[in-house]
Amino acid sequence: MTKKLAIIASKGTLDGAYPPFLLASTAAALGFEVKIFFTFYGLQLLRKELNLKVSPLGNPAMPMPVPVPSIIQVLPGMEWFATWMMKQKIKKKGIASIEELRDICVESEVELIACQMTVDLFDFDDEGFIDGISRGGAATFLEFSSEADTTLYI
Amino acid sequence: MSNYDVELDTSGLNCPLPVLKARKALSEMQIGQRLRLIATDSGAKQDIPAFSKMTGNPLIESGSDGDKLYFVLVKGEA
Repeated sequence: MTKKLAIIASKGTLDGAYPPFLLASTAAALGFEVKIFFTFYGLQLLRKELNLKVSPLGNPAMPMPVPVPSIIQVLPGMEWFATWMMKQKIKKKGIASIEELRDICVESEVELIACQMTVDLFDFDDEGFIDGISRGGAATFLEFSSEADTTLYI
Repeated sequence: MSNYDVELDTSGLNCPLPVLKARKALSEMQIGQRLRLIATDSGAKQDIPAFSKMTGNPLIESGSDGDKLYFVLVKGEA
């Protein structure tokens, strides 16, 4: 019987985007049926134009080339710099981009579900999202996850 | 060293790309054909056997040559 993976993606940062797309694309390669339910900030991962960022602010575990106190991290440009640095490293280490992993998910027929309640909450419009996504609510996710072998909240 | 039908070099690519590319290559092969996969991702040492086990594509040989890992997978029935 086909194994099933259910994921809730609730984060919209560059680092928060990796676990759902990476695990979903790999699970699809392993023969799983996969559904990802995008809720709250996770909805940003369904945008046509991804502009994901990583912030060192409030994240004391983020490795930095030199220690940067929080009071400096609030300065304009710091978030841009941290994101640029992370993207350079991702490229250099041969790690797939989020766009690449998301494309593989779409090609592998991973079902991408936008949480209707959060779409309404943020007044997002359909034009901003990639094609082929579906809509659903809590019951839609729970119906699938109740039969899933693995369920993850990210 | 086992002979093979298709060779896939994933040198320089990191997790999960060697697994994803192996799946793609195998999907374009005939049952019984052999795929030789080369990887520099050290995690592939654990990931390729897991991929083999879960997808029913037997791993018949694996080893390393310096920094490079290599694996020979046979395309299974699944």
